Amino acid sequence: MANNDISDNSNVVQSNEVLVTEQTTSKPTTVPIFIMGKRYHVPSTLTILKALEYAGYRLLRGVGCRAGFCGACATVYKTPDSYKLKVGLACQTVVEPEMWVTELPFFPAVKKTYDIEKIPATAEAVMAIYPEIARCVACNSCTRVCPQDLEVMDIIQETLHGNLKKAAELSFDCVMCGLCASRCPAEIVHYNIAILVRRLYNRHLVPNSLELAVRVEELAENKYQNEVDRLKVLDEEQLRKIYSVRPREGSPGVELKTNRIDWDDEIMKGNVK
Amino acid sequence: MEDSVYTEQMIASIRKVEATRPKRLEEAKRGYRFDKLSLKDSQELLEKFHPDYITEQKRTLRVGPSKGEILNIEVVNIFEGHSRIFKQYDEFLRRIKSPDYVTDVLIIGGGGAATSAALMAYKNGAKVILATKLRTGDANTMMAQGGIQAAVTPVDSPAIHYLDVIGGGHFKNEPELVEALVNDAPFAIAWLEKLGVMFDRNPDNTMMVLHGGGTSRMRMHSCLDYSGAGIMRVLRDEVKNHPEEIDLLEFSPAVELILNDRGECIGAIVFNMETEEYHVIHAKATVMATGGFGRLHIQDFPTTNHHGATGDGLTMGYRAGIPIRYLGAVQYHPTGAAFPEQIVGLLITEKVRGSGADVVNVDGEKFVFPLEPRDVEAAAIIREATPCENGGKGKGMATSTMYGVWLDSPLIDLLDGEGTIAKKLPAMVRMVNRFGIDMTKDPILVYPTLHYQNGGLVISANGSTILPGLFAGGEISGGVHGTNRLMGNSLLDVVVYGRRSGTSAAIYAKEKFIDWGKPTIQHVFEYEQEIAQFEDIPEDRITPVLLPDYTPEHVKKKQLTTSYSGNLW
Ligand SMILES: Cc1cc2nc3c(=O)[nH]c(=O)nc-3n(C[C@H](O)[C@H](O)[C@H](O)COP(=O)(O)OP(=O)(O)OC[C@H]3O[C@@H](n4cnc5c(N)ncnc54)[C@H](O)[C@@H]3O)c2cc1C
Ligand code: SF4
Ligand code: SF4
Ligand code: FES
Repeated sequence: MANNDISDNSNVVQSNEVLVTEQTTSKPTTVPIFIMGKRYHVPSTLTILKALEYAGYRLLRGVGCRAGFCGACATVYKTPDSYKLKVGLACQTVVEPEMWVTELPFFPAVKKTYDIEKIPATAEAVMAIYPEIARCVACNSCTRVCPQDLEVMDIIQETLHGNLKKAAELSFDCVMCGLCASRCPAEIVHYNIAILVRRLYNRHLVPNSLELAVRVEELAENKYQNEVDRLKVLDEEQLRKIYSVRPREGSPGVELKTNRIDWDDEIMKGNVK
Repeated sequence: MEDSVYTEQMIASIRKVEATRPKRLEEAKRGYRFDKLSLKDSQELLEKFHPDYITEQKRTLRVGPSKGEILNIEVVNIFEGHSRIFKQYDEFLRRIKSPDYVTDVLIIGGGGAATSAALMAYKNGAKVILATKLRTGDANTMMAQGGIQAAVTPVDSPAIHYLDVIGGGHFKNEPELVEALVNDAPFAIAWLEKLGVMFDRNPDNTMMVLHGGGTSRMRMHSCLDYSGAGIMRVLRDEVKNHPEEIDLLEFSPAVELILNDRGECIGAIVFNMETEEYHVIHAKATVMATGGFGRLHIQDFPTTNHHGATGDGLTMGYRAGIPIRYLGAVQYHPTGAAFPEQIVGLLITEKVRGSGADVVNVDGEKFVFPLEPRDVEAAAIIREATPCENGGKGKGMATSTMYGVWLDSPLIDLLDGEGTIAKKLPAMVRMVNRFGIDMTKDPILVYPTLHYQNGGLVISANGSTILPGLFAGGEISGGVHGTNRLMGNSLLDVVVYGRRSGTSAAIYAKEKFIDWGKPTIQHVFEYEQEIAQFEDIPEDRITPVLLPDYTPEHVKKKQLTTSYSGNLW
């Protein structure tokens, strides 16, 4: 190992520098990690994403929201204590000493096209679009790698059994990172199936909100336009007055009987002319 | 709490928070959370403690259609920067005459506004190209947690919504833009419902609605605390359902608009960041939907924004002559995470406060109504946490790098029953849990974080700009929210104005477009000449920025042959 390569030497220098700059913040520890097999020394408190940047990578792939919501930064790694492959989102996982790590920012996966209006919300319909779903062997590999800790296999199984509501709920937190698909022996693309299921369930099985439909109709008839027009021409001072006396739903003593601005009252109070 | 990530001092402070909790719980049950500030007191607080009022951090913009505006230095810099294409101007001038792509409508961006626009342009019969910087959906829209506003309940109306929007915006909003926002809101929700977005519902299937900061009626619709993701994933899926009509160009940010000799916008130059090729797109109409600028780290604040939020569309639009409005007003979200280090700046959604969590100081005392408009809330937190010697109240909890105050999340479960937090806020629970905090048991340390670009390019209610052929919508625009946006009105903005600008662009392409004319980039040339007057504008300040630069000094020092400063390679 002594004569490993030049990069080893440069890393020594790097970590010295780190010590110098880090002393001021009282956290001098750096750890070695292997980015795609190459060793770098990085501060032990960094997330994998920031460690890549610290090492000098300028990310283009494998970075999106930087906060655990977009699934751009799927990452696989191993640590010396175990033969097991570990997974995580790079932006949400702190580095471990001696970890061997790589991002998996893209996984080839088929996304079928469909007209959500026309397909029924049934297991058969989903199977017609993604027939491979029937090949699930219940090995649970998908569940084991999900960085969101979802019951991924159950999403597939519930879909197969026609329980789209359950599948929609179970998959709700999926960030579409692709890790499950990368491990599935049946070549299932779980997240594409899950979004189809959620859309079908919400489009066809959840009744539309009647309250919303009523409001849309009222608006089509311009029911509230008068009041909006009236507000639009008020000057700032008048607006301020009305704004500051407007009742807040749920506050103590407030009982709302109408959704109309009480113009008579506002005029009485001198808020508007 | 033995293996807690919190320090000893923090744990001692948390004990104080726990001590005041029963009394606060009792008050909350009565509907009392804290006295709201009067408009006058709010104004005073803002002037003393809101970062927008720190004049040393600002500078006067010296070039372009809105010169004279006083903006944060980081923002002035994107406008007072050189075009990426200027060094090879003649070559680009030649290239723009032979397009690599020709289409009816070009959408620039890949967030909520862009995808809504793409779907509406398609629906109105246009062939669409959507060019975006990272993947489609790598966008601020994906990250929104709290929700989207629309007046749908029997005690609410668009007029009341209007009043809330305009009061929250300090009465600076454009009336026509607010009108369209509130009137379209129920249609927007109904559109999303029909596309299959999984909104939270009441047992009778009406939409579940909550309060947000500055609302006088409960109208915040949500998809748990994955509201933006709930919407964005569906919009992305739907865009991908039409590969023939909506062509996606990912990792291909636009770098400059193309005009013609009549001064109409006829497309853009995009940069394939992977192959480093520039491609020319001719489009009869273009929609700019590139979102916000959080990654400029204004005043060195950490940010909640996604990796690509670098204000590119502002730069391109401004260079092409579109004025800006209210860009000096920046939104700092009151509750960004302040501890531990790995999550500093990430968002702790307003829904945590909306669901009942108090904001308390190091001694466990309340000091502000938790749902003030955002700027007021943020200023109150800054005042409370700032040490006395710097003019604050000195009641913040110190970490190794900053101060924070407590967001007392466990109160939510005490108010609404155990399990409420886990059920209503799964994204939050998961995020802080990954870094060792159980928010159902312990409070979270918070401090304001750079969150939203309140102002932007001037648009009109149909999404058009003063540049014929160019439309814009979403966070890039200015005027809808005045100088302060309320939570839930920007997700609404992106759907409403995304749809409006997409529709308008398709109609323009069909009815108003005359012919291509003679393609030019003369506006870039003229802008460069204006900039050339000022010697202090460095040659290597290239904008649009495209990506933030997080390469540390020790690496840069050795990358001798590479250039940086707002540049990619
Ligand atoms: C963490 C967080 C939480 C939020 N929570 C809420 C909330 O609860 N409620 C609410 O109403 N609002 C919320 N907001 C605000 C709201 O999400 C955003 O304002 C809104 O989604 C912006 O949408 P947009 O489409 O305009 O921009 P974005 O969604 O940011 O999309 C912009 C797109 O343009 C692309 N782009 C950038 N530059 C270029 C270029 N040069 N060429 C091509 N493409 C480019 C980007 O990559 C991105 O895809 C939140 C924001 C954040 C960051
Ligand atoms: S279900 Fe699959 S795609 Fe979704 S978060 Fe889990 S591993 Fe990632
Ligand atoms: S990995 Fe594939 S085969 Fe195994 S349980 Fe998951 S879906 Fe089924
Ligand atoms: S960058 Fe979005 S999940 Fe990590």
